[in-house]
Amino acid sequence: MGSITLQQVRKAFGDVEVIPGVDLEIHDGEFVVFVGPSGCGKSTLLRLIAGLEDVTSGQILIDGQDVTQAAPAKRKLAMVFQSYALYPHMSVRKNIAFPLKMAGMAADEQERRVQHAAGILNLTDYLDRRPGQLSGGQRQRVAIGRAIVREPSAFLFDEPLSNLDAALRVNMRVEISELHKKLATTMIYVTHDQVEAMTMADKIVVLRAGLVEQVGSPLELYRTPRNRFVAGFIGSPNMNFIEGEAAARLGAHAIGVRPEHFAMSTSEGQFAGTVGVAEHLGSDTFLHVDLDGGTHIVARAAGEFPVHHGDRIYLTPQDGRVYRFDQQGLAL
Amino acid sequence: MATRHQKTLARLMVAPSVLLLLGWMIVPLAMTLWFSFQSYNLLSPGMEQFIGWTNYKYFLSDPAFWTAMQNTLLLVGGVLVITVGGGILLALLLDQPMFGQGIVRILVIAPFFIMPTVSALVWKNMFMNPVNGLFAWLAKAVGAQPIDFLAQYPLMSIILIVAWQWLPFATLILLTALQSLDSEQMEAAEMDGASALSKFIHLILPHLSRAITVVILIETIFLLSVFAEILVTTNGGPGYQSTNLTYLVFSQALLQFDVGGASAGGIIAVILANIVAIFLMRMIGKTLE
Amino acid sequence: MARKISDTRRWGFTILAWGVALLIFFPILWTILTSFKSEADAIASPPKFLFFDWTTQNYAEVQSRSPYFRHFMNSVIISVGSTLLGLLIAIPAAWSMAFQPAKRTKDLLMWMLSTKMMPAAGVLIPMYLLFRSWGLLDTRMGITVVLMLINLPIITWMLYTYFREIPSEILEAARMDGASLKNEILHVLTPMAVPGIASTLLLNVILAWNEAFWTLNLTTSKAAPLTTFIASYSSPEGLFYAKLSAASTMAIAPILILGWFSQKQLVRGLTFGAVK
Repeated sequence: MGSITLQQVRKAFGDVEVIPGVDLEIHDGEFVVFVGPSGCGKSTLLRLIAGLEDVTSGQILIDGQDVTQAAPAKRKLAMVFQSYALYPHMSVRKNIAFPLKMAGMAADEQERRVQHAAGILNLTDYLDRRPGQLSGGQRQRVAIGRAIVREPSAFLFDEPLSNLDAALRVNMRVEISELHKKLATTMIYVTHDQVEAMTMADKIVVLRAGLVEQVGSPLELYRTPRNRFVAGFIGSPNMNFIEGEAAARLGAHAIGVRPEHFAMSTSEGQFAGTVGVAEHLGSDTFLHVDLDGGTHIVARAAGEFPVHHGDRIYLTPQDGRVYRFDQQGLAL
Repeated sequence: MATRHQKTLARLMVAPSVLLLLGWMIVPLAMTLWFSFQSYNLLSPGMEQFIGWTNYKYFLSDPAFWTAMQNTLLLVGGVLVITVGGGILLALLLDQPMFGQGIVRILVIAPFFIMPTVSALVWKNMFMNPVNGLFAWLAKAVGAQPIDFLAQYPLMSIILIVAWQWLPFATLILLTALQSLDSEQMEAAEMDGASALSKFIHLILPHLSRAITVVILIETIFLLSVFAEILVTTNGGPGYQSTNLTYLVFSQALLQFDVGGASAGGIIAVILANIVAIFLMRMIGKTLE
Repeated sequence: MARKISDTRRWGFTILAWGVALLIFFPILWTILTSFKSEADAIASPPKFLFFDWTTQNYAEVQSRSPYFRHFMNSVIISVGSTLLGLLIAIPAAWSMAFQPAKRTKDLLMWMLSTKMMPAAGVLIPMYLLFRSWGLLDTRMGITVVLMLINLPIITWMLYTYFREIPSEILEAARMDGASLKNEILHVLTPMAVPGIASTLLLNVILAWNEAFWTLNLTTSKAAPLTTFIASYSSPEGLFYAKLSAASTMAIAPILILGWFSQKQLVRGLTFGAVK
């Protein structure tokens, strides 16, 4: 079991309030991603749950039990750190077995669990190596292995993929998702990368300046962002925002259209503009367009679309795909 | 970040070293300060009495004190000029591509590990001795009169010995700093057509400035207290020609048994060192940020 | 990165650097050579560089005529003892300052450093008088404690800079893994800190071995380490070059070897981390 409840959790470092008060409900077995720009308090929130930072006020419940004052080890949580935090002087086997050893488990049981974890993570051949002799991806797997063996009620991941190169990141993303399916244990995952959030999460928590902006499934956030910040943060490339006359006509301060929701034409359409850079990827074509009003827009066409720098182009938003925002940035 | 329990434990663990150093610093210093206002001679025990600033007046009006001050400054300044100047040149040389760099480095560093009494004795007897020293032989070989270094140029000779001991230190630190210079920066300068000299003035020297400052400050702290080299070679003489402040305090106290006068000298030495220390501490304090 | 360097340039630098290095090293080399000469050869004019009758007699004589070995052992006991004592006190302090920094930690470190800057002349007299009245003059224990105190700031600082390089995430991981404070120190921190502790030990043994103010002033014979023993050769009757060289060689050899191992740590230790 691993349900986690935050009630008015507040954290201040001296006079600086990092988290002004968060309420959050995480259900057993959920994969929850905390996402937001750097400095939004997502890592601090994770560390509060882990018990590595003291809560200034509020309560944290795990499986209904108040653990606000409990030491990290007593919370039955396992954490995977950004730097992996492997013990450099121990072999992979000893690294993975360390939490078991600390719990005073019998040696043969330790070994059985290490072997099991190593099997899941393809580490069986590396058990006698030191972390220094492993690649980034392998280290990452050792860190996960160290978390798995404890059979925690929840896993905490603090930006675990940010030190890996792009190709490896995609692989590990899939591996972690598969692991979640296999173990069906609660996972809380912190990242600043909205692609990771979209691809992995059951539930995304978007944070800004220590405040929860919106909570929901990836597609909920994509389809019905509550405000301009969430709309701009979720989706890649980012949503385009157009202000002024075009927005006023729809009774809004600004309107937002995602790049993939434009119909393009070389002859006619709602917005006219000039192609700045055209990125032809084959599968997609991304056009950077300067609208005649001066607004810069990115639009995506599926497949090939034969325009080049300096060409005239016309863009029309698809029906029902225009988001309207008021002066404060709230969705209308 | 930590629980209260951990904080208490942390305090307890720092306490022994703080208390020891506090005792080490305050007790003797307070005693020195106390003695410096006393008439106190080890040869006439039981005659101690408070005499106010007399020791300071006596010490400051003693020509030996001013000679010692001058010698102290000359010693510190002379050694600094030689070691920093030589250190920069040596560091630049050792940074060049060559065969056997490791061994060259080891040879250059070696003098730093020689105990001061040994190096002073070796230089005094085997090099500077006017009869059997190597320098005497060299002088005779070119037909010149051998020089009795320690009698004729006592302070300069001591500067030479001390500089030989500290040159490796300066070289090592400057070389370390030099090796952290971004090689792409140098290559960019080369692409820009900078000459070797302008590279040195505009890139290398500014990069080294911090290390040079550190070398100067740390050496100064140690050089203000040069003692063994003087004791072994000249005993401060002839006259007071090679007496520095540290040696003067030593001779006043343990050779002439004038505790009061020596204490006044000690306090003056402390004030002098503190002026340097303040600058050094600021430099080092910045690395803690 | 590696650029092509012409062979002539490389050879030029090689010759120049070796020349300068040998010049700087020459006094040491000369001392070692002289220690193998007879007294007559040692003062021969012109000097004999390599072609003389090599003899190890000086070493035997230094051993037999003087209690050389006793002074050597004094040096070992004093330098190693003061360093170990210092480590014992400094390790907990540096540990807590690196991992549980308080608001005043920085000030505290700077203050510790400031005690190192106090000139010995300022405290020589009270120390001498205190030692005299406590009966600590010319005792190994007395000089060991003094050397420990003068090197304590350096030891604490060096350990602090090494400890600070241990990422705090690793300690947090240990805490998450259920390690108690004792286990955290025993299984995680200590093994990671050993290399730093070892270099601190090495550098401070060297510094204590070569210390020549307090050893000269507070020891005379019984507890005298090699610094004091060698200084006794400055009297005219000690003027036998070959024997002086033999005694000197024995005094510097162990520390030269240790020093060559620790040259990298030396920079960091002596600049208090200001140059790395």
